[in-house]
Amino acid sequence: MNLPVIIKFVIDLLAVLLLALGIKGLSKVKSARDANRLAAFAMSLSVVGLLSYYLGTSGIAIQSWIWIIIGSILGSLFGAILAKKVPMTSMPETVALFNGCGGMSSLLVALGVAIFPISGGQENFDFFKSLINEVSISVSIFVGAITFTGSIVAMAKLQGWLSTPGWTQSKVRHFVNIVFAVASLIAFFDLINGNTSSIWLLVIVSSLLGIGVTLPIGGADMPVVISLLNSYSGIAAAAAGFVVDSQLLIVAGAMVGAAGLILTQVMCKGMNRSLVSVLFGGSLSTQSTASSGSGEYTNITSCSVEECALTLEAANKVIIVPGYGLAVAQAQHTLREVTKKLEQNGIEVVYAIHPVAGRMPGHMNVLLAEADVPYEQLKEMDVVNPDFPATDVVLVLGANDVVNPQAKNDSSSPLYGMPVLDVQEARTVFVIKRGMSAGYSGIKNDLFDLPNTSMVFGDAKKVLNDLIGELKDLGVGEK
Amino acid sequence: MSFISLLWVLLLGSLLGLELIGKVPPTLHTPLMSGANAISGITMLAALTLIVKAEGNVPLLIIGSVSLGFALFNVVGGFFVTDRMLAMFSRKPSNKK
Repeated sequence: MNLPVIIKFVIDLLAVLLLALGIKGLSKVKSARDANRLAAFAMSLSVVGLLSYYLGTSGIAIQSWIWIIIGSILGSLFGAILAKKVPMTSMPETVALFNGCGGMSSLLVALGVAIFPISGGQENFDFFKSLINEVSISVSIFVGAITFTGSIVAMAKLQGWLSTPGWTQSKVRHFVNIVFAVASLIAFFDLINGNTSSIWLLVIVSSLLGIGVTLPIGGADMPVVISLLNSYSGIAAAAAGFVVDSQLLIVAGAMVGAAGLILTQVMCKGMNRSLVSVLFGGSLSTQSTASSGSGEYTNITSCSVEECALTLEAANKVIIVPGYGLAVAQAQHTLREVTKKLEQNGIEVVYAIHPVAGRMPGHMNVLLAEADVPYEQLKEMDVVNPDFPATDVVLVLGANDVVNPQAKNDSSSPLYGMPVLDVQEARTVFVIKRGMSAGYSGIKNDLFDLPNTSMVFGDAKKVLNDLIGELKDLGVGEK
Repeated sequence: MSFISLLWVLLLGSLLGLELIGKVPPTLHTPLMSGANAISGITMLAALTLIVKAEGNVPLLIIGSVSLGFALFNVVGGFFVTDRMLAMFSRKPSNKK
């Protein structure tokens, strides 16, 4: 072994160690930020290791440097700009976009390696010689393409650029996807048989498969899908590692792939969904409206912002239940102003965070932290549930299914068994909502019918702004 | 590297990944996902290899460069955005005390 090889070996080993520590650290609140930086450092280290290895052995041509610099600058620049500019509310689609690009990168590497030794003729790539390389190229293209198109569809759906077409909810979609899957299998075997042009067929049908699988999935399940696609992009990276013979790529890709699967499972659990039903069940709402969950509201009490303010003023303990609607209305800052006023009046305010509040697990915590809500006031579901009976007022802001008592009481409900917040135990519940539309699940919320529940209709941000005005008039929070 | 030893690497890497994430508080699901996502951009190394070994083959150089761009978009963006999210968590307790 000569020196460059040894150096690269040591650096690779160190990078793997740091990446593992990074992923480990990211799962604890205290160490998360440092761990993220550690992982970023490990990634740069791996680049230095690879470049120094080539400098020490074959050397790097000027032309290669130029293309390296062009690619790096453009990619990093756009990545950094997007990461700085994007609002916290659109975090899920941002992660999806980044993820899709990672998949695209693996796809392109495999494609490049696959095409050019053949059409280039005199190039001395010997990648395509063995079956193993053909298999790893195919896997890299297949998984990379699914990751890319799947992530882009997920992003477009979360952004609202794409809705769920009706036909994708019928059984036809399974047939269509099976056709795509079989076609990719055919392309795969054709490729191994030496017919290199079928690589394009593989690219096309696996891209279509990514679209076909993601398109029918409803918005509520999207976070799970993104997490799963994230795991795929790790697998794609590992496959690309086989293509270019890099252990580091294989280890890192495999780690992300496996960790992503675990995370996906944890998320499914929090949402009371199985992975199979997320992937093949289509969107929940279309099924459940047909079966149960119909039924009219009989006992809706609606009230004005003024009444709400009066009740709040007289309370000792208030629990806020923020949900998706709050995120959509971007009302977290306004909410913070309301709670500040209440706190100044000596009222105890706590935020009850359901595991899947917001648009993806943990998203609500990020949004509230952005609005300067003290970390200690965010209570997880299991901690806060016993507190509801001793609570005077609960404010439900744009949350729906996560406060539906059906999940506890009605064993015929599709929601049954899902962990929910027991808000109905509180003395008074105010639900701030645009209208009577159902939540993700499309199921009627029994909470709204309860005598201690009052609806305050309106956009969350506007209602909260009015609330601030009313509280001001009452002299709340002014000393 | 023989194919068999690469398979071993794959196996051990997967086991490591399964072990790394045991209990994750829901708070960290989003940042963890986005951090792990940034790491999956490690394919940038494959893209670099492609460019270095292209030996003047311009189409291959371009493919490599585009691939590198996509990968770095994922890596740089992913780490930045994760840091932005995590900064909001860590800032709070220290401010209050």
